[in-house]
Amino acid sequence: MRAKAARLGLWLWVIGVLVFLFAPIVTIILFGFDRSVIETWPIRHWTLSWYSVAWHDPQVRSAFVLSLKAAVAATILATILGSMAAFGVHKARFFGRDSISLLLILPLALPGIITGVALNSAFRWAGITLSLWTIIVGHTTFCIVVIYNNVIARLRRTSNTLLEASADLGATGLQTFRFVTLPTIATALVSGALLAFALSFDEVIVTTFTAGAQNTLPIWIFGAIRLGQQLPEVNVVVTLVVILMFIPILIAARLTGSDNFVPRVRATRIAK
Amino acid sequence: MEHRVHNMVRRAATAFSALSIVTLGFATISSGAGASGLTAPTAGMKPAQSVGKGEGTLNLIAWSGYAQPQWVKPFTKATGCVVNAKYAGSSGEMVSLMANGGAGQYDLVSASGDADLRLIYAGDVKPVNMALIPSWKQFRPFLQSPSFNTIKGVHFGVSLQFGPNVLLYSTKTFKSPPTSWSVLYSKKYKGKITVPNNPIQIADAALYLMKSQPSLGITDPYELTQTQFAATIKLLKAQKPLVPKYWGQASDEITLFQSGTVVAGAAWPYQTNTLQAAKLAVKDTIPSEGATGWADTWMLATKAPHPNCAYKWMQWVSTPRVQAEQALNFGETPANSLACAIMNKLQAGGCAAYHADKPQSYFQSIKFWKTPLTTCDNGQNNCVPYSEWTNAWTQIAG
Amino acid sequence: MTTSVDARGRRGPHVSALARTRWRTAFLLSPPLLWFLVIYFSSLGLMLVTSFWSVNGFTNLVDHHLTGQNFHQIATGAYPAIIGRTVLLAALVTITDVVVAFPFAYAMARVASRRTQRLLLVAVLLPLWASYLAKVFAWTSILINGGALNWTFNLIGLPSPNLGFTNGAMWIVFCYIWLPYMIVPIYGALERIPSSLLDASADLGAPWTATFRRVMLPLVLPGLVAGSIFTFSLTLGDYVTPLLIGGANSTLVGNAIYENLLTGGNLPLAAALATVPIAVMVVYLLVARRLGAFEAL
Repeated sequence: MRAKAARLGLWLWVIGVLVFLFAPIVTIILFGFDRSVIETWPIRHWTLSWYSVAWHDPQVRSAFVLSLKAAVAATILATILGSMAAFGVHKARFFGRDSISLLLILPLALPGIITGVALNSAFRWAGITLSLWTIIVGHTTFCIVVIYNNVIARLRRTSNTLLEASADLGATGLQTFRFVTLPTIATALVSGALLAFALSFDEVIVTTFTAGAQNTLPIWIFGAIRLGQQLPEVNVVVTLVVILMFIPILIAARLTGSDNFVPRVRATRIAK
Repeated sequence: MEHRVHNMVRRAATAFSALSIVTLGFATISSGAGASGLTAPTAGMKPAQSVGKGEGTLNLIAWSGYAQPQWVKPFTKATGCVVNAKYAGSSGEMVSLMANGGAGQYDLVSASGDADLRLIYAGDVKPVNMALIPSWKQFRPFLQSPSFNTIKGVHFGVSLQFGPNVLLYSTKTFKSPPTSWSVLYSKKYKGKITVPNNPIQIADAALYLMKSQPSLGITDPYELTQTQFAATIKLLKAQKPLVPKYWGQASDEITLFQSGTVVAGAAWPYQTNTLQAAKLAVKDTIPSEGATGWADTWMLATKAPHPNCAYKWMQWVSTPRVQAEQALNFGETPANSLACAIMNKLQAGGCAAYHADKPQSYFQSIKFWKTPLTTCDNGQNNCVPYSEWTNAWTQIAG
Repeated sequence: MTTSVDARGRRGPHVSALARTRWRTAFLLSPPLLWFLVIYFSSLGLMLVTSFWSVNGFTNLVDHHLTGQNFHQIATGAYPAIIGRTVLLAALVTITDVVVAFPFAYAMARVASRRTQRLLLVAVLLPLWASYLAKVFAWTSILINGGALNWTFNLIGLPSPNLGFTNGAMWIVFCYIWLPYMIVPIYGALERIPSSLLDASADLGAPWTATFRRVMLPLVLPGLVAGSIFTFSLTLGDYVTPLLIGGANSTLVGNAIYENLLTGGNLPLAAALATVPIAVMVVYLLVARRLGAFEAL
């Protein structure tokens, strides 16, 4: 009886959180159909015209493509560098080991404005022209920690006996990595990469100072909302992006949620 | 326990010491990029003598609303120059984006009066050949070679538009237009006032004190002695309880008025336009004390990668038609004197509404934004510099 | 030369294994650390060094004489209040997100069916793709006078909460924006706790609270800390949300830095202010370590 009540309470909580998570999303979608550029609730005049405006806006298209390129590249780089750092720190005992997580977290903890201006003056000093590549460099810097955090948390939760067993059974280092380590951390990698991708795709402050003349999507959005004339168009663009991202997220969720990637780790945990 | 904490801090410090060594090497660049002396480094550069074929691209740093499809689309159609506009949030942002002559990225920046001189003396913008901008001859005389963009006869850009900071009010609360900025400091409207979240707002308060407290002897709202500055800050601190939000961007203020949160505030005519277009009961006015304001210039980056498209753009935005369109769109006064007739054609009474019919004395009545320095116009060195303005503003708005 | 060979030979495989581990560690750590040193810290350090300099009011140029003036300045006036407000808000947002996220993540990881679990994960991740700025704007239109929240409250006969442009609004929005960054790692940690462990605890007669406190919490702590690092540090450095939805008393450290840096051109003071979040994060990580978040795993 009590267990039943607890379960009910838990599901009510879940529904409450879902409402919280989606209230602004629904608002964004609804205001995309508002004829007025000033958002007033409830909506008085409905229209589809902003969809046509957004669809035919060449600035939106190029900004979206640029954001996508930057986020994909930054996520790949951050995944490689972040997991390398996690493995290095996890395996070894050395002087200054604990400060590494502090160092990696700094780009997130410091106001983006600091990172942005610092990188900007360094690029300028080095004579590097701002371009897609400088955006990627900036984004990778603050995305590394996302991967690092996820992977190291997983590694710490994985028992060494598994790796030792693999070695005892005669597997080479590479084989152990491919068949034991990688499957163990795969879900952590995927969810870390997703968060990193989202962080990069949505970043506006650092990007302002590391991007060249081309706009990323968040920079275009910031420009568009400043004057309040293009709010419905922004809402439409955001709606379209969310719809577009639904499939990749679903695939990622399938990967992380599935049991395929976490084979017999559970059993070892019990043994420990 | 203490030992452990110590150890941790020491380890963190070791990690940090590595980085400080790396940095000392190029620690001087922060000052190297700034202005040095009072000569324009690029003044001797020979401007273009003719405008060649467009490069296909034009990269702008602009205020929001300065590159509207209304006049960008026909420009691209006519010249083949595709326009990339990056919108800056403040003059400071414009100056940092333009560092190193636009870094070979940007062609033009729509800088306001305060940023102009910083850009010129830093060598980030270069001379423009006015003979290549035919419409320039139609400009009102006082905007052809104004001191904020022309040094010793060398033009560093082409004037664009100017405008006042107005007093925006709800006609539901105010049956007749307020005649003084005093409403923004009146306890009667507690919680119903908004002003920009910008240190330059100190100048607005100083402008009000110029008339309301003549004993302070303020002659220029951007040149304040310590005593005058202190009195201005005191006024702004007293204003704070009246302000539910200092607005950061035009859309914030639009929301504040639309939701009925505030009934009066310092604004740009742009907000009035937008709110009136949405049928909200608001109007704006320039009170008896006068107003602060802005005057913008398209300036040419020293390392502009697309100079031909840049010249084509300066030609285009100077024509009466585009000048009129932008004036009506943003609520500013155009530089081109022929724009007035077109404004009336586009919107009945448009010319007078945005003061495009006013004489030079109107222009001179506006206290245009400039960067406060320790040197005052009266030759003394006791004025409060801008870094202190910023600091004081943080103390007020924080 | 010969001695070293001898020494190595005598000690045998132990040394070579140790050496191999060292090389491995060096190999793994150098790319990310080099990336950080060369790209990030060199540029950041350049900025932080300026915090000991000052700005000359006459030329607005940076004056290279060492001074503690900036740190004195941030210890006086409105800055302590701004710093306190920022840290308090970051802490409050983190705690709120933990409280909101935990039951949700628990339901996701341990109660829901595979199918529901997957759907819930998508539901958590999907809002991340709606632009940050658009979401903050949506919240503004929900929270202001005459917004959807007041409208809903009035509809069911409650008085208007009028949350627009207050610190409360800022708190709600920050909790909202960073919530997925808290849910995902907690979910990851909960999902990997073997059911048998919890069952064993229950079988041994431990009440639910004890199982939670003594078994579940220690196992979830790393995920929780990982999540809290995001919510805490991201709130600490933000300046856009206070700008858009904050009120007249909503200035955060990020805003003060932005203003001094880009509006006032006072790089040294901005750099001095930037040391505040660094110091706070150092303390935060120290506390997390003391709590055993990095070790008891």
